[in-house]
Amino acid sequence: MSTMTEVMTTADAAGGSRGSRRRPTRRPLASPLRPRKSVAFTLLMGIFVIYSLVPLVWLVINSTKTQAGLFSSFGLWFDDDFVFFQNIWETLTYKDGIFLRWFGNTLLYVVLGAGGATLLATLAGYGLAKFRFTGRRAVFAVVLGAIAVPGTALAVPTFLMFSQLGLTNTPWAIIIPSLISPFGLYLIWVYAVDSVPTELLEAARMDGAGEFRTFFTISIRLLSPGIVTVLLFTVVATWNNYFLPLIMLSDPTWYPLTVGLNQWSAQATGVSAQPIYNLVITGSLLTIVPIVVAFLGLQRFWQSGLSAGSVKQ
Amino acid sequence: MSNARSAVRRTLSVVAAAALIGTLAACSSGDDGGSAGSGSASDLDAALEKGGELTYWSWTPSAEAQVAAFEEAYPNVDVELVNAGTNTEEYTKLQNAIKAGSGAPDVVQIEYYAIPQFALSESLVDLSAYGLGDLEDQFSASTWGAVNVDGKLVGLPQDSGPMALFYNASVFDQYGIAVPTTWDEYVQAAKDLNAADPTKFITADTGDAGFTTSMIWQAGGRPFGIDGTDITVDLADEGTQKWTGVWNELVEGKLLSTTPGWTDEWYQGLGDGSIATLVTGAWMPGVLESSVPDAAGDWRVAPMPTYDGTPVTAENGGGGQSVTTQSENPALAAAFLRWLNSDPASIEVFLASGGFPATTADLENPDFVNLESEYFGGQKINEVLTQASKDVSTGWSYLPYQVYANSIFGDTVGQSYANNADLNDGLAAWQDQLVQYGNDQGFTVGE
Repeated sequence: MSTMTEVMTTADAAGGSRGSRRRPTRRPLASPLRPRKSVAFTLLMGIFVIYSLVPLVWLVINSTKTQAGLFSSFGLWFDDDFVFFQNIWETLTYKDGIFLRWFGNTLLYVVLGAGGATLLATLAGYGLAKFRFTGRRAVFAVVLGAIAVPGTALAVPTFLMFSQLGLTNTPWAIIIPSLISPFGLYLIWVYAVDSVPTELLEAARMDGAGEFRTFFTISIRLLSPGIVTVLLFTVVATWNNYFLPLIMLSDPTWYPLTVGLNQWSAQATGVSAQPIYNLVITGSLLTIVPIVVAFLGLQRFWQSGLSAGSVKQ
Repeated sequence: MSNARSAVRRTLSVVAAAALIGTLAACSSGDDGGSAGSGSASDLDAALEKGGELTYWSWTPSAEAQVAAFEEAYPNVDVELVNAGTNTEEYTKLQNAIKAGSGAPDVVQIEYYAIPQFALSESLVDLSAYGLGDLEDQFSASTWGAVNVDGKLVGLPQDSGPMALFYNASVFDQYGIAVPTTWDEYVQAAKDLNAADPTKFITADTGDAGFTTSMIWQAGGRPFGIDGTDITVDLADEGTQKWTGVWNELVEGKLLSTTPGWTDEWYQGLGDGSIATLVTGAWMPGVLESSVPDAAGDWRVAPMPTYDGTPVTAENGGGGQSVTTQSENPALAAAFLRWLNSDPASIEVFLASGGFPATTADLENPDFVNLESEYFGGQKINEVLTQASKDVSTGWSYLPYQVYANSIFGDTVGQSYANNADLNDGLAAWQDQLVQYGNDQGFTVGE
């Protein structure tokens, strides 16, 4: 019972602050000084916040328990033993520190994969938005089509192709497919149409700037909210990438965190079961920390990027 | 969590299935490329002497120590051990590597139920070419049968899982319940226990393909028949109905715990007595000991209940290792495999990790049989378990697409469990899908 009230209060606090931050930009119906309160919406928001937060709360609470404590204590409250730091230590050192290796792999895939995808999407999206050339409509159709095809459906053909190239079971098998982000391209395209005035580009050309100079000194600055948004999208997608590495890699030394944690979890099954749920849970918590930090830090850009193109000017 | 996991597993088996189509097409072209080559026992010794590199896929906890011991004994051989995933995940990777034509390891761990799938697609080397057929006497009959598919020796057994009844004696004592020896007594015990304390259940079963097939096996059912590419599926034969007759009482009477197997709640239930028995393979003591330490002293082992009092069991779980046809050095791989599953030095490591052997020398070793298990309150559990391995019913076979079959079990038979409905209806639905899938894959499936 005490847990519920605790969750409720945090939920209210979060709901309240989010509401007040949005209000000024939204032209409220009631007066700005005395906003009208809607019980129904507050309640709905509260339920939604609880719904989103409970798994996180569960994760934090259970990362403080021992393997035995997980089985013998109530899921949404702490056990008598508080072994949070011991769990972290064990997670980082289990099997010669394979978790840190997976962490490094994930970082590698994110930096090269998501970074590369953002660069390529920016260049291509900008090019499509600001240059007229034959075949533009065809590219448009292909990009839209590519957004519609889920990555999972392409996994097997991609696997067979990479296998013939001899690239399976190498980091390239993860990085190369991650380099393409049709959605990011489309977003930059739409964003560039409005945020980079063609007149500005013409002025730059008149002054004798080459296309690359124009792009890197002028356009990229105007595009930066869009770029950060695409970067966040691709970082999240690469960080959470599961299916592709699962089928591409068979050597655990190249696993990203997602696949590695699943392997730990699967250890609890079958003939020679060795459950290490406490490490799976602590490892999951450690895995989401960087992504939560990235989200909170880049939230402003994320929001402005999401609304890009939604208003016709 | 388990839903998400099974969704992923289903997707994976679809991937595996896609890969299987290609493999079968390749094998139906008839020409056996003979990549196994020819060899003999002396070739194996020569290969070990010469040395080389091998890749070995395994998820058993003992693999690391076994590989280390092997490399010490044969310093010219370098074995790279890779944990490519636990059971179905590894099979998906293996299937994909076979389909792609490269990337498979030299030696691979495969459970008995999955062996026919890889054997019939010509992906595993016939080890009798290396004289390993002579090892027959060293293994229990049921495990030897499991690695012989369609007249070929496609692997060597590592462990075995003859079934027994594991029960929480403190729960049984508390409610004055006698240890059941027949299935009728078992059902009665389930009713008594649940009536005495509604939070306690005789066992947990939410529909597990491995368990169901083993129970049908024990009841004398032989639903799957393989003869080359001709297959029969009959999930309504006499033995199967004998089992559903008993188990329906538990399913329809809501006498089974609905905790899914191998989850943290399941382990919890094994510890606190809410799951009072497990009918499972002889490898279970190791799992209980290491993962349910709180219940030390509570558990005991009894022979698996029977239908008419005649002792009979089945195998549940367990597997062996095979050499893949992609191996570039099959003689060396076979030599490693021979050491891994028949050399006393290797088996010693395996037993120390809590495994249950497939080798008759160990199953009959007095030190092993008479071992008093502290966890089981000093009971000589191996007396029960080694007897079980002698009582395994013969003539069982799995489907050549059993991995796929098990992955759709939840959608068919699992529905009967979920709705507390007649298991025969679920089995009929499973059979329909298995027949259709088999025909789609190029098999000729009769019912």
